Amino acid sequence: MKILVAIKRVPDYQAKIKVKADGSGIETDGIKWIVNPFCEIAIEEALRLKEAGKATEVIVATVGSADAATQLRYALAMGADAAFLIKHDAPLDSDLSSKALAALIKRENAGLVILGKQSIDLDANQTPQLLAQRLGWAQACFASKVEIAETHATVTREVDGGLQTVRVPLPCVISTDLRLNEPRYASLPNIMKAKKKPLVEVTLAELSVTGEAKVIIKKMSAPLARKGGRKLESVAALVTALQQEAKVL
Amino acid sequence: MKILVFCQHENGAPVKASLCALAAAIEIATPAQAAAEISVLVCGTGSDAAAREIANLGYQVLVCADAALDFDRPVLIAQAIEAARNACSATFVVLASTSVGKDTGPRVAAMCDGAQASDIIGVNTDGTFQRPMFAGNVFATVELNSAIKIITVRPTAFQPVKEKAAQPGSISALTVTLDSALAGEIISFDTAKSERPTLADAEVIVSGGRALASNENFQKIVFPLADAFGAAIGASRAAVDSGYAPNDWQVGQTGKVVAPALYVAVGISGAIQHLAGMKDSKFIVAINKDGDAPIYEVADFGLVADLFVAAPELAQAVAKARGK
Repeated sequence: MKILVAIKRVPDYQAKIKVKADGSGIETDGIKWIVNPFCEIAIEEALRLKEAGKATEVIVATVGSADAATQLRYALAMGADAAFLIKHDAPLDSDLSSKALAALIKRENAGLVILGKQSIDLDANQTPQLLAQRLGWAQACFASKVEIAETHATVTREVDGGLQTVRVPLPCVISTDLRLNEPRYASLPNIMKAKKKPLVEVTLAELSVTGEAKVIIKKMSAPLARKGGRKLESVAALVTALQQEAKVL
Repeated sequence: MKILVFCQHENGAPVKASLCALAAAIEIATPAQAAAEISVLVCGTGSDAAAREIANLGYQVLVCADAALDFDRPVLIAQAIEAARNACSATFVVLASTSVGKDTGPRVAAMCDGAQASDIIGVNTDGTFQRPMFAGNVFATVELNSAIKIITVRPTAFQPVKEKAAQPGSISALTVTLDSALAGEIISFDTAKSERPTLADAEVIVSGGRALASNENFQKIVFPLADAFGAAIGASRAAVDSGYAPNDWQVGQTGKVVAPALYVAVGISGAIQHLAGMKDSKFIVAINKDGDAPIYEVADFGLVADLFVAAPELAQAVAKARGK
């Protein structure tokens, strides 16, 4: 079985994000770009499944500009076998990405798709679910444990009330949550090996995908900062403040 | 315009988050036309009481009582929502951004070739929506270029609808033929029943972080402090990762987003991802032994102290102040 992992290039999670003065986007000077942390967990899970003999190949794909090839190379260095860059320079949204990925997944005949549950930049949490519906597949989102058998996947999911374990038919789309695994670091030998692994550029046209992003970001702004607080000397002072100022006691 | 709101229910009542979604739907509706434009869908068995409560708020309710919808299986819930949307000719589908809403909204979007705005915090009069990005460090104004718009709503950004209407709405049954081929089965649901308020409903939340250092300490220190306040209990990602608290207590960018009247952060440093889940709280207290921890940037009242001493002292003082 082939596993396809879809990833996204995002700003480092520790970066202090600033909105441009004209509201047209975020300041990108000096930003470090990484593989979205949830996507890294997805790559790791796919590699473990391959190592356990559940899959024959792990391919990784992303939809975006040429810069995203760096993140694909990182995935190859972690151990993925081949990478696809679905090149698209115009604005993207989860909807268009899911259409492009669905076309690639069908073409590559993947039997399982794993993605991060959300990207830490736009926080939309849509692509895996859109993809599953478009492919006509089952889904198991927010996974903290995955077991793959012949015809089914048993997935434990982190949901509002606790942990839900579901059994869904294969093929399916799984989205990863934080505690699914701890991703490996790419070792130096693997970084070197990655340079020889195939990284193929594809266009939307080649995948017979047309259309544009439907979710348009018109403007960005910074939220109002909370007014500053103060440090108190003692528990007694805190209780007084809670009574008199916060009026919560 | 016609709007379909999906309402979750528990123990015979609509969940608060869905009543917040209804509030957002009212803002989307044409002014003074909300009762005419909005229909609410409740699913599964035992939904009659919740249906009556919503009808009493003045909105027409569709009840799809199929037992297959009793469990949170997005494939089936999406089918019910899409069928209801069609039945009402709705061009908007509004759901709370709970785990069910997150699971289901996009499937509905793909079914009707619509587009989704996730986790909105505001409805603009020009038809655009405000939503948080970059762990809440950016507010984006988004436009949906699609005939059908799916909106998931951040519950903390909208007050739940409470006011009963003079005229109750109608309640009617909706029959949907569900295709369960992809639905899967629920093998187990590991959930803890508690006497404490839930994170979604609580006026006060006491959250513990990594500095508690053990599951035993978390219980010894955080639990009594929460109980002194009558609070719900939250946790940082680090605390959950280390096994000090269960996953559904996690507050943050990818966990629960809360905005209580008071949030008490005990031994939490204040990573960007944690702040994303609680910085809209009315008042924030931080107890940490590192006075430079980023949590103090959002705290109204900070106590730089050893939490193993300060938290029990605070618990006693609060219990006394509340006359307990």
